[in-house]
Amino acid sequence: MNPFWKVFLSSLEFIFMQRNSQEKAADVENVPPVISTPHHYLISIHRDRLFFVSVIQTEVPPLFVIEFLHRVADTFQDYFGECSEAAIKDNVVIVYELLEEMLDNGFPLATESNILKELIKPPTILRSVVNSITGSSNVGDTLPTGQLSNIPWRRAGVKYTNNEAYFDVVEEIDAIIDKSGSTVFAEIQGVIDACIKLSGMPDLSLSFMNPRLLDDVSFHPCIRFKRWESERVLSFIPPDGNFRLISYRVSSQNLVAIPVYVKHSISFKENSSCGRFDITIGPKQNMGKTIEGITVTVHMPKVVLNMNLTPTQGSYTFDPVTKVLTWDVGKITPQKLPSLKGLVNLQSGAPKPEENPSLNIQFKIQQLAISGLKVNRLDMYGEKYKPFKGVKYVTKAGKFQVRT
Amino acid sequence: MLESNKDSAKLDAMKRIVGMIAKGKNASELFPAVVKNVASKNIEIKKLVYVYLVRYAEEQQDLALLSISTFQRALKDPNQLIRASALRVLSSIRVPIIVPIMMLAIKEASADLSPYVRKNAAHAIQKLYSLDPEQKEMLIEVIEKLLKDKSTLVAGSVVMAFEEVCPDRIDLIHKNYRKLCNLLVDVEEWGQVVIIHMLTRYARTQFVSPWKEDDGLEDNEKNFYESDDEQKEKTDHRKKPYTMDPDHRLLIRNTKPLLQSRNAAVVMAVAQLYWHISPKSEVGIISKSLVRLLRSNREVQYIVLQNIATMSIQRKGMFEPYLKSFYVRSTDPTMIKTLKLEILTNLANEANISTLLREFQTYVKSQDKQFAAATIQTIGRCATNISEVTDTCLNGLVCLLSNRDEIVVAESVVVIKKLLQMQPVQHGEIIKHMAKLLDSITVPVARASILWLIGENCERVPKIAPDVLRKMAKSFTSEDDLVKLQILNLGAKLYLTNSKQTKLLTQYILNLGKYDQNYDIRDRTRFIRQLIVPNEKSGALSKYAKKIFLAQKPAPLLESPFKDRDHFQLGTLSHTLNTKATGYLELSNWPEVAPDPSVRNVEVIELAKEWTPAGKAKKENSAKKFYSESEEEDSSDSSSDSESESESANGEQEEEGDSSEDSSEDISSEHRSDSESASEVGDKRTAKKNSKSKGKSYSEDGEKENEKSKTSDSSSTDSSSEEESSSDSESVSESESEPESRKVAKENEKKKTKQDRNPLTKDVSLLDLDDFNPVSTPVALPTPALSPSLIADLEGLNLSTCSSVISVTEEKLIIKSCSDNWVRTPVFVPVKTHVLLHRMSGRGLAAHYFFPRQPCIFGDKMVSVQITLNNTTDQKIENIHIGEKKLPVGMQMHVFNPIESLEPEGSITVSMGIDFCDSTQTASFQLCTKDDCFSVNIQPPVGELLLPVAMSEKDFKKEQGMLTGMNETSTVIMAAPQNFTPSVILQKVVNVANVGVVPSGQDNIHRFAAKTVHSGSLMLVTVELKEGSTAQLIINTERTVIGSVLLRELKPVLSQG
Repeated sequence: MNPFWKVFLSSLEFIFMQRNSQEKAADVENVPPVISTPHHYLISIHRDRLFFVSVIQTEVPPLFVIEFLHRVADTFQDYFGECSEAAIKDNVVIVYELLEEMLDNGFPLATESNILKELIKPPTILRSVVNSITGSSNVGDTLPTGQLSNIPWRRAGVKYTNNEAYFDVVEEIDAIIDKSGSTVFAEIQGVIDACIKLSGMPDLSLSFMNPRLLDDVSFHPCIRFKRWESERVLSFIPPDGNFRLISYRVSSQNLVAIPVYVKHSISFKENSSCGRFDITIGPKQNMGKTIEGITVTVHMPKVVLNMNLTPTQGSYTFDPVTKVLTWDVGKITPQKLPSLKGLVNLQSGAPKPEENPSLNIQFKIQQLAISGLKVNRLDMYGEKYKPFKGVKYVTKAGKFQVRT
Repeated sequence: MLESNKDSAKLDAMKRIVGMIAKGKNASELFPAVVKNVASKNIEIKKLVYVYLVRYAEEQQDLALLSISTFQRALKDPNQLIRASALRVLSSIRVPIIVPIMMLAIKEASADLSPYVRKNAAHAIQKLYSLDPEQKEMLIEVIEKLLKDKSTLVAGSVVMAFEEVCPDRIDLIHKNYRKLCNLLVDVEEWGQVVIIHMLTRYARTQFVSPWKEDDGLEDNEKNFYESDDEQKEKTDHRKKPYTMDPDHRLLIRNTKPLLQSRNAAVVMAVAQLYWHISPKSEVGIISKSLVRLLRSNREVQYIVLQNIATMSIQRKGMFEPYLKSFYVRSTDPTMIKTLKLEILTNLANEANISTLLREFQTYVKSQDKQFAAATIQTIGRCATNISEVTDTCLNGLVCLLSNRDEIVVAESVVVIKKLLQMQPVQHGEIIKHMAKLLDSITVPVARASILWLIGENCERVPKIAPDVLRKMAKSFTSEDDLVKLQILNLGAKLYLTNSKQTKLLTQYILNLGKYDQNYDIRDRTRFIRQLIVPNEKSGALSKYAKKIFLAQKPAPLLESPFKDRDHFQLGTLSHTLNTKATGYLELSNWPEVAPDPSVRNVEVIELAKEWTPAGKAKKENSAKKFYSESEEEDSSDSSSDSESESESANGEQEEEGDSSEDSSEDISSEHRSDSESASEVGDKRTAKKNSKSKGKSYSEDGEKENEKSKTSDSSSTDSSSEEESSSDSESVSESESEPESRKVAKENEKKKTKQDRNPLTKDVSLLDLDDFNPVSTPVALPTPALSPSLIADLEGLNLSTCSSVISVTEEKLIIKSCSDNWVRTPVFVPVKTHVLLHRMSGRGLAAHYFFPRQPCIFGDKMVSVQITLNNTTDQKIENIHIGEKKLPVGMQMHVFNPIESLEPEGSITVSMGIDFCDSTQTASFQLCTKDDCFSVNIQPPVGELLLPVAMSEKDFKKEQGMLTGMNETSTVIMAAPQNFTPSVILQKVVNVANVGVVPSGQDNIHRFAAKTVHSGSLMLVTVELKEGSTAQLIINTERTVIGSVLLRELKPVLSQG
């Protein structure tokens, strides 16, 4: 009749416990998120080698379900530190209690982690010891005040001795570089993650030196939209703890500086069972910062049996089953560019692969937001104390792919 | 342990029981023991008991009743959390006997002081309804009450209940509509999704379609007035034929901020709302947010891509700026890849096809063969949709035939077959090539396709076809059924066309078929035998055998698999599955007449203050009021409303006799010139270009708000600058009298510039200008107030006198102002003119046009066209101007200034600029005089879409090296040797196309270089002379479309004597 859907708690438990370990990693990726069965519809998400499935009887926006399932997974992650089969099995009861609070008759109730934590306290070793002695429970017995106020994301009565507010500006470069080294597509996506430990009800406003850079922004519900529209200032009463303040995309008109380049020559010889593999990485437009944490991952073609390579720097592994080559490079020093050279053993008799594999590159640049975004200042109203403030910038590679 | 006194022991026991439930073990025999604990003081035990109860109550109804009294007590608990959870569990116990108790509880709870409890009451409504639908009437009463609730907490849940219980009782919403719209932003995210979906349906039933209005906007002003006249509205204010209901506008405006939600479901919900109910001109803003969602998890990507695919079929333009976001990464899962491919195909058009094809080339080589095959199909679809690239695609696909991978080859064979079927041109070569492939390909579909193709074209390959049949006859028994059927068909067709050679073979095959295991094949054999082999029994049918077998088959239509999805509401489960899911609510069509809007009036206006004006405006319902109201609101909250205002503002301008195109262009160019201190002509052009390329998304940019306020004064400065420019012109050419120039200035301001007459008496002053020019040019350049219209005037004057000196200096001036030194002057300007309007059909007005091959002064993407008008009547023709324009999407046109009158036997030359978007599509427009309108059109020869480029041989080779593969088209030309002297070739090539000569080191190779006017992509033409009076003509360009058209035009010219 209408978007009414039901997560059968028990069936949910079962299905997501069943990890599809038989299936190969590639196939897992291709399970369609929405499956139609004669009487029900199954909507699933795949995360951390677990499937979260919800069973639906009637019409509902699929994104509604998918988004909710991701929230469930996020909550588990938040509570148990990891979202794995073992963690869920160990904490079945808490999982039940959580789902009970998050859902009522198929409609999401409380999904904010701040509220959930007031209702059900996360398990810690200390608490379980205390509980077993005193017999007190880890379920709160009062309604979280946040539920009722118009700022449901913040819990009341927060107290810290050290008041801190930290912001991480993390930017990721998504790029596709073609064979000749020219950029086919590049764009910068960024997020600002915040870690706010402030007492009381602080009202923060964060302003940028260059807010015009932000082309498309999505906000945490706490941000006052009108204020942003008119003044380009982020004004909000923050939730307590870690949360994602905004995520943004930098306007595509700006040219994206690509911090690394790759020289590559990968060739497979016709009618012989070997090929050559040679890649070199070098810095480019890195604004004087060192590029660290470089990892190159290559999905080699199926016919590759093994690889004999010598890196000038770092170490490499090749998994003959999944055919994934991983080269952990580390830092780039401009004096001596890291390279990886060697021979590729192919299955004899099989035709040579016609396309060279593309290289996926990961890297990290500390203390730099590649788009040039800069936080101007952070002001706090509503509370008397003076908080510690800090902003950190990091640039990372997102989906950074080099076609060869 | 449950009997234990200690809470901790009980808790432990309950935890174990819940653990058992989780493992799937039946714990129902513990029911009595567990139920007792429902009264436990410990809240955690209580909760776990609740979990247990909800799970097993339906099985053990009698025992479950034991717990009811505890819940009833808990419903009166002072702690709201306990009240709420008691209600929750009570309503979750599916025991029919307690329905009356539940009903009572819900009624009480719906009047509870705590919104949290009321929220739970709303949830309980749905549960009770699913347990006992009999209670519907009572429940609707409760819903009605809760809908009036002003708490944001309740809103989402009650709408949910409404959707569940009585989605057709739209009348319940009326009074709460505005409240819901206003609360929407503050409702929690899940509630937002539900409310938005409900409001979408509501809007579709309550408001009239805003889409008609758009047609009006897109159309020319002329139509606009006509429709006005039709309505016969005799009010003082010009009234728009459609005024959006302010409530409708409210919904659209209030949902806009939600596009920035972090919740993908909310964004999608808003996107579908915009798609389904907002005016077409405003839908564009959702694309940016949807593209953002593509960064999310794979599941979200999947759903969003599906929806984009559906949207992109109907509205290409929406996602075109984000084309590159849909490029495929090798790490994407296959389902995402295919969806992206689908979208890329939908977005393909003449302008971007060459980049896309290049991208596809990469995909074809992908290791993911399924994806590679899908890419080939995509290329096929592009080839059919965009006829200009069909040849290029076909060539590319033929290259793929030599691919090593069988799936790829097979897929290309199938696609080639479809393509060849579509254009019954001679493709003997390809067919021959494919016939050869039969030896190597094993995939049955591909083999069958080849056989069919040979059969269909057996007359074109008379030598090969019988040979193929012979080979197939040999291997008949080992073929797949599909192939066998095609062998039979091929045999039959050959028998009919070439029975001398194939009679025996066919009979042999028919015999084989007769004893085949598959009855389909036996049937077919029998059928064919009766039809083609003449015997005494066969009747009239066999006479028509040839007609039956060799009839013209209609080409298959390659369509998007997402074509049929658009009747489902976007973002729904049904849309994703492409079947109607249970409980899918059809989105109704717009009503013809809007239902009475006053039902939404709330007697006591207690909500947001901005409602007061809206209410008033609606009552009076006049367009004027509507505007003032929207402006008022804008000023009150200066945020998200820029859009509505700019729209209405646009509308108003339009009514003042302004084409919407012009005005928007104008505003944006003013923005730029505002920010940049110097308002150089060239700069202005780039500004225009920018604003165009950015399209709609730009106009919604936040920047606009600030500048919007400045628009009024900037426009005044602009007009003053134009005034200056015209006074400039005055100082230069004293011919123009002062009042006249002032008039020009005034008219400039109105954008209704009229070109002043050009009587012969002014020739004298023109010579003055001539003398002046060399001096004034250097002065004029740094003072860039030289407006395009002025240049147009100058040019018009110059050309009428045909003074070569002027045109040279002017050309210099133009080229300098173009600030693009790369472009050089044309090698040769053909004098060939084309008829625009014949004097017979033009009632004495004749018009000719020709391409002067000069960079256009109106915009560097435009091609300049000169039109010569002749008056062959014996009367004055007055007010010659350009009326309605019917340009293909993207095409722009800069019209000439209206000519006030043309003397009998007089003639005048005017110039205009047309941006053809690098396509040979026709620009149609109306040439109007005072009394008549004539529809005329200009179709540019492809050679005129180019600008010559100066380049060295080395550069040429370098560029050529980069443009190989699909970007290269070539052909062989045969002609008499005297045609292949350098001068003849040069003359012929430059006659056809506006290209520049590249100095060549070799005698036998001639090179020409040019770039396209619109996109500036290189166009390299090479003529290489071979022995024996042949020559090879090669064209390398990114714009494969134009390349192949140019090739086709050059070929006959070069080969003819």
